[in-house]
Amino acid sequence: MAASNTALGGAVRTGSSARAIAVLTGPAYLWLTVTVLLPLLAMFYFSFLTEAPIAGRVGELTLEQYRTFLERGFYTTLILRSLKLGATVAFFCFLIGFPCAYILAKTIKGRWREALFLLVIIPFWSNALVRVFSWTMVLRGNGLLERAIDWVVPGAGSLGLMFTYSAVVIGLVHSYLPYMILTCYISLQAIDDDLIEAARSLGAGRITILRRLILPLALPGIVAGAVLIFVPVIGSFMEPRILGGRQGTFIGTIIEDQFTAVFNWPLGAALSFILLACVLVIFAMFAPVLKRAM
Amino acid sequence: MARAGRIYLGLVLVFLYAPIAVMAVMSLNDSQFYALPIKWSLRWYADLAGNQRLIDAGVNSIVVAVITTVIASVLGTAAALAFFRYKFRGKRLLQVLLFPPIAIPWLITGTAMLLFFFWTGIGRGLHAMVLGHVALALPYVIIVVSARLQAFDPDLEAAARSLGAGPWQVVRYVTLPFLAPGVIAAALFAFAVSFDQFVISYFLAVPGVSTLPVEIYTSIRKGFTPEINAISTIVIVASMALLVGVSRFYRFGGDR
Repeated sequence: MAASNTALGGAVRTGSSARAIAVLTGPAYLWLTVTVLLPLLAMFYFSFLTEAPIAGRVGELTLEQYRTFLERGFYTTLILRSLKLGATVAFFCFLIGFPCAYILAKTIKGRWREALFLLVIIPFWSNALVRVFSWTMVLRGNGLLERAIDWVVPGAGSLGLMFTYSAVVIGLVHSYLPYMILTCYISLQAIDDDLIEAARSLGAGRITILRRLILPLALPGIVAGAVLIFVPVIGSFMEPRILGGRQGTFIGTIIEDQFTAVFNWPLGAALSFILLACVLVIFAMFAPVLKRAM
Repeated sequence: MARAGRIYLGLVLVFLYAPIAVMAVMSLNDSQFYALPIKWSLRWYADLAGNQRLIDAGVNSIVVAVITTVIASVLGTAAALAFFRYKFRGKRLLQVLLFPPIAIPWLITGTAMLLFFFWTGIGRGLHAMVLGHVALALPYVIIVVSARLQAFDPDLEAAARSLGAGPWQVVRYVTLPFLAPGVIAAALFAFAVSFDQFVISYFLAVPGVSTLPVEIYTSIRKGFTPEINAISTIVIVASMALLVGVSRFYRFGGDR
């Protein structure tokens, strides 16, 4: 194999290649170990302590944090509320994003497609905080949206959208919509146009083609998009804080409180870990589809 | 049909960009209460010059992003080269390990870093943010550089060698020039990931030492002023410009 005798590695399948692999990958993975893996393990440990073992205090082993979670309906309600938020946001992203991905992948060609695709994707990678913040300008009382509605229908009154559950959903859909468009676009792109043409010439109507051909073939992309949106949404706290006000209490904001306001780190760690468990279950459930979509 | 599709696409773009545009326009409005019609003014931008907290946060953001970019680009490119050149046991595992920093909600990673860094004495502050940001940027660097390497023909190196080039000459004159666009894209990407990162920075900030997103968040929660519109507009324009830069070298979403 030509790649086996290359400049950087020298002769392969000798001790020197093992050393080269270690030198090349070692630093990156050492870094990830210290900054991600060990912290997650430490958090798991903290979640079994009575108090955080810092500033000279000693935490004792206990299941108290997890018992608190199970015994107080409050936390279970919040987890369910966050899961519902995740599902709602993923659903609306699909509803809005799928047609958009289809139009980009199948009806627009050439340079226009490049440019439009970029326009859709750029916001996703740009500053999430600022994008959420910008919605306050639009949604707040007497903000742009209300003035626009008032201009069309004078005296329509206040929408009162700001600081509601809906405001949180709108902000999150805005944040994650490009993700759904991206994953759907990739799987729609892979569908051969001849296949659609064949179905049409065999007499299939538009709805049939969509239902029997396009949706099933695009399913991996849809599922990948939904999972990749659902997961960060159930862990969101900044968006509910900015747009949700009093309505913006979710498991994410409660975890944030434990670390930044209440300073009950063991409880925060336990809640974080329960959330992580939810995330892992979701990834495990959809692993086969996700693998196909990647 | 095609027409309706284009209109729909246009509406989605309006949804994506309108709030940002509204914010940008309001940052140019002289009225503190966003009164209409707009009286254009740069006063909020002028006020930024006197806001030492935001200036410090801006400097911190750039310092953290530059250090993150250098470290993540070097470590990530090295790892990508190893994945490209060698077949070895555990490679699959190493590649799977790139997902946790991207896939686990940052709230979880962020709080875990906070308690671990605090516990071990690493502490919080800018150095802790660099530790965290590099971890987030590394997977992206490896993915972007690997995508570039996919197109690399190892025969080029063999050809250079057969023409008498030494190992370092091959790297210097063949491998690196080919890789350069990928590494540049990865570096810009790493910079953007760090510059725009809020969650991790938020948990690792100490009072008085924060980055722009953390400072903006704190201001929003305290009851914001139009100054925040101005700095937010600057941040988002810078961040989008960076990403357009990335897109010159790397195709988001693979081949088209």
